[in-house]
Formats: sequence, structure tokens, C-alpha cells
Amino acid sequence: MTAISREEVAHLARLSRLAVTEQELDQFAGQLDVILQSVARVGEVAAEDIPPTSHSVPLTNVYRDDVEQPCLTQDEALSGAPDAAEGRFRVPRILDEED
Amino acid sequence: MTATEVAALISGGEASAVEVATAHLDRIDAVDPRVHAFLHVDREGALAAARAVDEKRAAGAQLGPLAGVPVAVKDIVATRGVPTTAASKILEGWRPPYDATVVARLRAAGTVMLGKTNMDEFAMGSSTEYSAYGPTNNPWDLGRIPGGSGGGSAAALAAYEAPLAIGTDTGGSIRQPGAVTGTVGAKPTYGGTSRYGLIAFSSSLDTPGPCARTVTDAALLHAVIAGHDPRDSTSIPQPVPDVVAAARQGATGDLTGVRLGLVTEFSGEGAEPGVMAAFRDAVEKLVKLGAEIVEVSCPHFQYALPAYYLIAPSECSSNLARFDGVRYGLRVGDDGNRSLEEVMSLTREAGFGPEVKRRVILGTYALSSGYYDAYYGQAQKVRTLITRDFTSAFERVDALISPTTPFVAFPFGSRTSDPYQMYLADLFTIPTNLYGGPAISVPCGLSEGLPVGFQVMAPTMADDRMYRVAAALESAVGTLTPPPL
Repeated sequence: MTAISREEVAHLARLSRLAVTEQELDQFAGQLDVILQSVARVGEVAAEDIPPTSHSVPLTNVYRDDVEQPCLTQDEALSGAPDAAEGRFRVPRILDEED
Repeated sequence: MTATEVAALISGGEASAVEVATAHLDRIDAVDPRVHAFLHVDREGALAAARAVDEKRAAGAQLGPLAGVPVAVKDIVATRGVPTTAASKILEGWRPPYDATVVARLRAAGTVMLGKTNMDEFAMGSSTEYSAYGPTNNPWDLGRIPGGSGGGSAAALAAYEAPLAIGTDTGGSIRQPGAVTGTVGAKPTYGGTSRYGLIAFSSSLDTPGPCARTVTDAALLHAVIAGHDPRDSTSIPQPVPDVVAAARQGATGDLTGVRLGLVTEFSGEGAEPGVMAAFRDAVEKLVKLGAEIVEVSCPHFQYALPAYYLIAPSECSSNLARFDGVRYGLRVGDDGNRSLEEVMSLTREAGFGPEVKRRVILGTYALSSGYYDAYYGQAQKVRTLITRDFTSAFERVDALISPTTPFVAFPFGSRTSDPYQMYLADLFTIPTNLYGGPAISVPCGLSEGLPVGFQVMAPTMADDRMYRVAAALESAVGTLTPPPL
């Protein structure tokens, strides 16, 4: 297995929408390397013909009858929002300057 | 006093629910500054719930078996109107507009919620050192960890701040804290208790369950919270086995005809000698109670820890994407000049602690193109192999036994610098989470003056079996009492 580089950690952090400090990059690169080396052992045993298990119980869609039921009010749904305007979640602008 | 004893006092009219709640709230005031088991104490809510029980009793209404009994709830479980943070800065001050199913069932049963207990942030950790609000101290030795991630719930029990608590177990977070605090913690069958209203960490593994000081108390709480929930698509639509009757049967101390499998692969490598000695003493006690011990090989258990540390971070990296500073929780850097993406990154940087960031990045890596097959895909195959190990073992034995943890409570800071050393704390508990079956930790003795836990693992939906064995062992060992605080 390939070792995980500092640049790779920075890339993964960007993909994860996670700003990380220079110090964290150094720290995580070392630690993730150790963790990945330890967990790479999963490759030793699982042969091609072994089916994967994603969940210990069979996953099925659960539907309810299409009947109106009480639900959260608009105020309740917005009660934890960092910012709201006109009964809606207010978000920072979505497009960058250059967009 | 146990939950059973408290319930008897209240139903017999010897104490009111308000008196019981007040006594526990006073105890929290007296000791929690040193233990720090609670992140939030809901004094008014608890007293109101207790008054409601007393009024019902006065009106002659039939009370449930746990009516008026105080319970502490891990802070990853949503409680309507009561702060719920998952011990993270990103949810500081959040008050959910709804109750988790387990909480709704606790309320319906007339239990009295005292407050929310400390934990590792988003349940990621084995020591409660990763709480954003500071660690919980183990009542047995305040310089040592109370286990994790449910260290707050376990410490609240060991410090007599609550007779019952709710935990969640993803890789051992109910059982491991139970073991290192000398209390009882049970992970029900996955799907046996509803995950609705739990802040999701690893959805295919997370299981809410009971924490208590005795096996019977744990069974009583299990019976209240378990059962099918249409709001959780993984909830199993089958009746819950009678765990209370099984615990009472076990408490008679008779295990004649019960076959217990000793997992060969857990023979002690990597475990402290004192832990293994206490475990072997407990096995001898079970033999005296009539149990037959059979050695069983589960060759893939050694791959459970690596598989878990790929599956859980992968699911967490996806689940934690919802903490984006839009609908609830923290928002950082929204000065009108930054884009949504920048605000999101800054919010998550400020809101998540180091272990959460590590796992989000690890999960993103394991799921990324080019590595998916080698890591996540392989881990899911290991999960199949571990399930096969359990299935073939349960063809020969009624339940499997092992120590709960390889070591007793360790001093703060001794494992935080090397994450993989910390992950080893869950070595014996993780196989069960990958398989989905129930498992319980019950105190079995001391090593170096600190509690050792004994684990009983049972087949899926045979939760009653583990309660029977655990209660029998408890009858032989007795409950452990920590030094006075």
C-alpha cells in the first residue's frame, strides 16, 4: 500500500470541506500513515469470491401511508439555524467572485 | 441503590419520585465538579417529570416498572428542548426540536431524565478525552479515563449520580466504559433498538443501549427502549426477547446445560496479565454454576479491528457532511465576502476536534476512487467472514465469552499521541458490531485495584441469552463498589 503524503492529506481535507492548519497537516500525515499501515491487513484475507456485507440487517425501503401527519413547524425547523431570513435558511453566497 | 430498589420505593409509596430526583440532583451537585459526567443537567425538566409520576400515582394510575427512576442520557441522543451537542463545538447550544425514539420511550415509561452525559466527540474515541468540553474522570481513580465514548454515562453510574443511563455502541462505546468503571453495559442486537434521533456516526454499526449498575437493571431499561420503530428503516420488526425474565433466571446462579465458547483468538495476546487472570477466575465461577466451556476458533476476529477502522470512518465522513453551517449549529467566517464553500470549511475546521478530523479524512481516503476496492471493499468482505465465524460458532455454543477490554482504565494522555494504540481498547468489542449481534459487559473482578469487564456475546435477536449468563456471573462475583468520592 502506498504511504500517504502531506499533499494527499491536504487534498483529502479539501474534498472533505475541512480547512486544516500546517501543523495539522504534518500531524495527520504521520498518524494516518500508521493507521493505514495497520488497517491494510484487511487485504490479506478477503478473496474474490467473498461477497461484501454492508449492513447486518437486510436493507429495505420503508414506506408509510400517504397521509398527512403532524410535523415540525417552520419555526421549529429553523430554531437551530445559524441564520434565517423570511422563514428560510440564509446561506452565504454560493458563487465565487469569478463565477 | 439499584433502579429496581428505587422503583420499589416509589411504587410502594415509601419515597416520592420528586424526593428520588432531588437526591440524585444533589449528588450531582456534590460530586460532578470532580467527575464531570454531565454536560448538561436538566434540573427543572427532571423535577417536572418526577412530579408527573407522583401525580399519576396519587391518582391511582398503574405505574410502569421504571416509573420515577432517574436516567442519564448520552449527549449524542436528541432530546427535545434540551441541549444536545455530541460533545462537539459544532453543535454547541443546539436544542433539538424533537425526541429520539429511545427518549420518547423513556418518557412514556415515566423515567426521569436528569441530563446529558459527556462522551468522545461524535462518539469517536475510547477514553472520553476527545470531548470538546473536557474529559470525564473515572470515579475509581480520578486521574484515569472512564472509557469511551460513553465515559460520561458509565461514570455517572459509578459515581452514584444516576441509577440508569443510555449509551450508544458503535465499536464498544457502551461495553468498554462499563468494563473500566465496574458497571454493566449492554449493546442490543443492531436493529433491536431504534437509531431514530441518534446523531449518526457509523449508521451500519450504531446501536443505542442500556447502562446500569446491575444486570437486571440493564435488562429493565433494555425492555423499555427496545422494539420495532417504523421511523428507522433498519429497525427489526420482531418482538423483543424477554430480557428481564432471562436476567432473573440467570440471577438464580444456575447455568446447567449452557455451552459457552471461549474464543481461541482472544487467548490473551495484547491483554494485560491482570485482566486475563480476572477473566480466567470468572470462567471458573461459570463452570461451578454448571456452564460447559468449549474452545471455539473465530479465525477472522483478528481482522475485525482493521475492518472497523475502515468502515466506521468511511460512514462517518459521509454522515458528518451534514455539519455544514447551514441548518443548525455553528457557522464561522460568514462576513459577506466568503463563499459558501469557504464558510463550510472554516466552520468544520473550528467545530471539529482532532479525532473527528482524522476520521473524516481517513474515511474520505478509504472511499476515494482508486482506494475504494483495496480498503472499504475489502473491509466489507471481512465483515462477511466475521459474520460467518459467529454463525458457525453459534452452531456449537449458546454464547461466546471474552474479556471486554485488553486493559484496565489507563491514565489520561497515555494513549492520545498514537491513535492506533487508542483503537486497541476496542479489540474485543468490535467483532460483535460488525456482525450485529448483542453483547454485554459485566464486572468480573479487579486488577491493580481497578475493575475488569467480562463480555458475553450472543446470536442476533438472542439478547435474552447474554442477560442470563451475565446475571449468573454477577450472582457469583457481586457488584463492584468504587472508593468513596
